[in-house]
Amino acid sequence: MDTLLAALAIVTRWDVIAALLAGSVGGVLIGAIPGVGPPVAIAILLPATFGWDPIVGLTLLLGIYGSSLYGGAIPSILINTPGTAVNALTTYDGYPMTKAGQGPRALGLAFGASFWGGMFSVGCLILLAPVLARVAPMFGSREIFLAALLGCVMVVVAHRGQALAAGALLFFGLFLNTVGMEPNTYSMRFSFGQGWLTQGIDLIVVVSGLFAVSQGLILLAGRDRVGPVPTLNGSIAAGVREVFAHKRVATAGAASGTVMGIIPGVGEFVSQFLSYSYARASSRRPDLFGKGSPEGLVASESANNSVPPAAMVPLLALGIPGEELTAMMLSVFYVHNVIPGPGLFRDHMDFIAALYICLALLNVLALAVLLIGTRPLLKVLAIPERFLGLLILILSFVGVYTLRNSAVDCLTAGAFALLGVVLKRLNLPTVPIILGMVLGGIIEAKFRTSLPRIRSVWDWIDRPVAQVVFAMICVVLLMHVWALWRDWKGKKNGSIQH
Amino acid sequence: MTNSHDLTELIAPPHHRAEVVFAVASFLVAVALATQWSTQTTWAEGQPWSRQPGLWPLVAIVGMLMFGAGELVACLVRNFRRGGGDTLAEVLHWLAATEYLVWYMAYVLAVPRLGYLPATVTFAALLALRLGYRGRLLLWAPVSGALIVVLFKAVLQVRIPGGALYEVFPQAIRNALVIYL
Repeated sequence: MDTLLAALAIVTRWDVIAALLAGSVGGVLIGAIPGVGPPVAIAILLPATFGWDPIVGLTLLLGIYGSSLYGGAIPSILINTPGTAVNALTTYDGYPMTKAGQGPRALGLAFGASFWGGMFSVGCLILLAPVLARVAPMFGSREIFLAALLGCVMVVVAHRGQALAAGALLFFGLFLNTVGMEPNTYSMRFSFGQGWLTQGIDLIVVVSGLFAVSQGLILLAGRDRVGPVPTLNGSIAAGVREVFAHKRVATAGAASGTVMGIIPGVGEFVSQFLSYSYARASSRRPDLFGKGSPEGLVASESANNSVPPAAMVPLLALGIPGEELTAMMLSVFYVHNVIPGPGLFRDHMDFIAALYICLALLNVLALAVLLIGTRPLLKVLAIPERFLGLLILILSFVGVYTLRNSAVDCLTAGAFALLGVVLKRLNLPTVPIILGMVLGGIIEAKFRTSLPRIRSVWDWIDRPVAQVVFAMICVVLLMHVWALWRDWKGKKNGSIQH
Repeated sequence: MTNSHDLTELIAPPHHRAEVVFAVASFLVAVALATQWSTQTTWAEGQPWSRQPGLWPLVAIVGMLMFGAGELVACLVRNFRRGGGDTLAEVLHWLAATEYLVWYMAYVLAVPRLGYLPATVTFAALLALRLGYRGRLLLWAPVSGALIVVLFKAVLQVRIPGGALYEVFPQAIRNALVIYL
């Protein structure tokens, strides 16, 4: 009870309330503009949040993360253009519904399913909190080392068909983390005698380059979207209520997103794939999927919106980010010398509870903003994409330059932006680089601190939690090898099995 | 977009022939780094291999080499079998994006000289002209730039030093410019 009261005292602070409002409204707006997306916004805003209290910065960033997925449904449904990458599946059924004159209904279904998914995930987090508080302290250096290793394995195998590229990029990220002064022997690693490399390569600079500047360059080098701004005739609220008619599909999607969100390196796409496949397989009208199925829309949106809260579990409990956005948020903790991990649950339960309350409130606010403001929000669809690219470059400058007032940082971000352009254009993943940088640091540090207790290889897994995590690594690798063998066998027989 | 969707594209996007350019480049970077490992890391005397500063760069480079080689072979095989897309057109698109990177760097270099507000307004107006915008959008570009400057510098107080150009103004005006714009 004391924890809850302390958490409520935090949530009712004016700066937290301001962050809640700015995060929910800003996130919806950013999601509704195709071509921007939460990674760009978070990369730009990240340095600005360093001066704030961690709960304020995290609330704002989480608000943008979660609410942008709500807003991303708008262009997906109305103009067949995903607002964020994870809203791509929403176009499959949302746009056909718009063409059939059911745009407001489709929007309502998407918003309602998003709300269902978000609240389900927050509910699971709250129920899991006592379990996490008991389990998290069982994670010592060896267990965190193995969990970070599991994250690395997952991020590679989750990129099916691109595992080799993902692996190369993961190890590139791991390499980037090693550049600069080694903290134990104070010797230089790959600094090439350059003073600016002594401190290493800053994660924020890489993130800004890969996500923000690169997106600006892609938009500038592309073409402006042409087409009228859509209008809405009908009730969105009725669509929101209709989600109750699909509660089985919505709950399955939310559960899929929650589980996949908790597992490091997996994320929205796999959860949507599972949710949509289940909904289609269990539907009485599977023929409607891809042609305007309400169930398909609910499956997609409930799955993607349940991921952001769930992705906070490995971050808060173990200090291990599961994807690029929580990896960026990790730096908010580090700047304030708050180390996420087992100690956070032991010493700062009020902070955890406040964060959970904020996550729930963000879902309520995002839904309210959309019910009230979707019609005026449609005007953002008229902004030309190259004009957005111009604005992103101006905003990216703030994000990078304010770190150290260094033109070299901007040049470094520019180099990573070019890499980002290539990767995005080729549909190759950027996440492994970021996770490689973050998890690489954790792996190196935990490996070193584990060594005094290691006499033989078996000492790495001589405790129950370490054995469970190690078993998970083995199972994931075996499943991946089996899937590869199945694909190879399918190709050999003339049919590709998915 | 048609009504027949391949759901697997969500988790396994289609291959582009130009991926081979990325594969070759990333493998060459890995080879270049491997050749530098012995000179760019030091051997700590009296320390076991597990505590050597060069261990993790070595792990990373070996991983880059192994996965990079695999990626290169896989790309060549895929291109031979069925790869889609025009490699040259794709590479030209990447080069087109570098033009705007040059614009961005010019903006970065202009800020300490002209000052944040003048550099941003000038950059936005010139780039809008380059993009072919006329009329309202050409006006909106510098206005949006100015609003971003006011939001971040004056309201959020982010740390961006004043420009050298501000030195020509009298003390009182200069102070205000440095603090707010």
